[in-house]
Amino acid sequence: MNEKLIIRKGSLGKLFEQMQKSGKLIYAPVNKDDKAEFDVLNDFNNYREDYIQTVQSIKSVVFPRHEAILKYRKDHSDVKLDDIDLSSGPETVLFGVHPCDAAGFDVLHAVFTGEYNDKFFVERMKKVTVISMSCSKCDDFCFCTSVGLAPDSGKGSDILLTKLSSGDYLADVISEKGKAIIDSAKELFEETNSEQLAANTKLIADVPVKFDLDKVNNKLGTAFESPVWLAHSMRCLGCGACAFVCPTCSCFDIQDEGNSTCGSRVKCWDSCGFSNFTLHASKHNPRDEQSQRWRQRVLHKFSYQPEQLKIYGCVGCGRCSRACPVDMNLQEHLTAVNNEQ
Amino acid sequence: MEELKKKARELLEAKTVTMVIGYEEGTAGIARPAFIMDPSKAEKLIFDKRCNHNLALYLSKKEVKRAGKIAIVAPMPVMKSVIVLASENQVTENNLVVLGISADEKLVEFENFSAVEKYITEHPESYRAKDKELLDRIDKMNPQERWEFWQKELSKCIKCYACRGACPMCYCGTCTVDCNQPQWISVPSHEIGNLEWHLMRAMHLAGRCINCGQCADSCPLDLPVNILTLKISEDVLKNFNYKAGTSLQQDYVMSTYNPNDKENFIG
Amino acid sequence: MSNNEEITTKTDVKVVAFVCNWCTYAGADLTGTSRIKYASNVRIIRFPCTGRIDFMLLMKAFAKGADGIIVSGCHPNDCHYTSGNYHAKRRWMVFRTLLDFVGIDIARINFTWVSAAEGAKWAEVVNSTVENIKKLGPYTNYKALAKMMESGSLKIEAGN
Repeated sequence: MNEKLIIRKGSLGKLFEQMQKSGKLIYAPVNKDDKAEFDVLNDFNNYREDYIQTVQSIKSVVFPRHEAILKYRKDHSDVKLDDIDLSSGPETVLFGVHPCDAAGFDVLHAVFTGEYNDKFFVERMKKVTVISMSCSKCDDFCFCTSVGLAPDSGKGSDILLTKLSSGDYLADVISEKGKAIIDSAKELFEETNSEQLAANTKLIADVPVKFDLDKVNNKLGTAFESPVWLAHSMRCLGCGACAFVCPTCSCFDIQDEGNSTCGSRVKCWDSCGFSNFTLHASKHNPRDEQSQRWRQRVLHKFSYQPEQLKIYGCVGCGRCSRACPVDMNLQEHLTAVNNEQ
Repeated sequence: MEELKKKARELLEAKTVTMVIGYEEGTAGIARPAFIMDPSKAEKLIFDKRCNHNLALYLSKKEVKRAGKIAIVAPMPVMKSVIVLASENQVTENNLVVLGISADEKLVEFENFSAVEKYITEHPESYRAKDKELLDRIDKMNPQERWEFWQKELSKCIKCYACRGACPMCYCGTCTVDCNQPQWISVPSHEIGNLEWHLMRAMHLAGRCINCGQCADSCPLDLPVNILTLKISEDVLKNFNYKAGTSLQQDYVMSTYNPNDKENFIG
Repeated sequence: MSNNEEITTKTDVKVVAFVCNWCTYAGADLTGTSRIKYASNVRIIRFPCTGRIDFMLLMKAFAKGADGIIVSGCHPNDCHYTSGNYHAKRRWMVFRTLLDFVGIDIARINFTWVSAAEGAKWAEVVNSTVENIKKLGPYTNYKALAKMMESGSLKIEAGN
């Protein structure tokens, strides 16, 4: 694997058409009221290549905002349960996602497989091919390089496209799924050699490293009682904006909905920032203050997940900080943790 | 805002208050709420057009209540919210120093809540122009167009509850939506759950919302949810002559009545 | 397949009536004992007082398949609990404005005062409401929304 090919700038649209013709459902960043957001792409003219980050992540393709996990219906005096058939979903391509979002799928994979295989994630992920686009721009909120990633990282991608100074794109074929896409449009891809590569500059953003990740991980190991959690979380509203826009957050609630004749059990997004997230039936709440919930969020991503799943729960996309109504800036907080005595 | 910084520092040094809630510089040129407890940090306080968060929401938080007597930087929306909270017995003037900010960004000091109430009456403000524009635009639509407009907007809602979090009036210890015996408002963010949530919230704010617009400003998806409460505010003013945030003696419009309330639709 | 879906054809509209025990419910009883005929599309739900009728109940009625709603109680000044109907009146004034503002069809909601002596009026109210709802047809807009509760999910869309 890891074949490197060139696709000419005019051919991206043709690649899109080819994938569309073969029945694939394609998601890509498009314009929505001047902001970039992911949506189904039907016309390549709507593709917005030039964006720093979308407001919401694309995790909803494999981890929807809400989905039925089983259905029930009354059949005379009997109650029938219906499982959800996920095998009939369309083959999906995520086109033009940034490397941070692609890496987010690796985190979701670690959470939803392993000891327990969440079939809803697994079946959906099977049908998804990720064609990511390296970042040529970034802003103050980006920090992928601080969490072991890069604006041209191939983690989680099936094909990684990188724009070159010539206007063409370098295509890094990373997985079998990626190869299948290439094979379906062979005529659009050319081989390349090291001289050609040397002659062309890759347009990759310069994302400064904001903090030392290993140091953060070490510090967090003994920071449980630190006053920094209260100090940082005073302004936190306790909403779910950060968790919901995050490409790696995967907490969910289970709700039963319906009536006496039919209904469903629904899995829907939840956030550890909500006040009742850890409320017990006894009314005891081990995390009944926002500072405890904020601490949990940071420790989960930067201490517990690396320890238990061997992967950091953050890809440095910066969405949480951008979406937060009161500027809870994750990189600022982690830097402060590092600076704590 | 030198006079503000000076006043805050004085209050903290004299231990009149243990905390000053205000605004400070945030990331990439935005402002954000600040909690100053150390007099030397009073330097961080700012005030300008970027300072729109309704700080009164923090007055109901247990971390703030625990702090005893505090001061709050209060542009007009915050002042009004303080009056509503006072009329609902959520704050007392013994525990709160209101550092008012006038429309031309000058510090206004208040002896007590009555002085704040008087100031509000003497300086009536109208709604934000863009909010009024959108309200008028929707009013002119026919019912089907309105249905489609709101369905399009509300279907985007992800039920993050940033709108609830940013609102000083949403201080219930257990929100209706968090009760699950019964689960009255649907939790998943499907169209009907979203519709029920937003309409329910608008009704719970009838006669209490002072139209600061922070619910819409805090929404990560920029949904115009404040227009729902704005519509109700206008209706409540027209029908019951009630304007939230203008009187300390104000009763909650939905738990009082006047036998002469005029309607034209009950047969 | 839900029962709701099967029954609702153009003629079989469903109307839910939220009524107070002391006036309208008694009035409806009088309609019956007087042998006055009225449409059977109505399902009557009895409350102690109109003041107890939560605004969300109206939305829930539409979500559960109602095509029309009647809300009825004691005339002003005649409330069994003195002021329940005054509170209700205020609540409906505000809620009706909000419903209309979001495009919910308020023509489908009929608010009335019907006393215990007004058996004939109750029949009139029900018949005219049912006739009106039949003209408007089933409330398809809202029913489409409510299907979510039964099906549990829609097509997945990004940013969804």
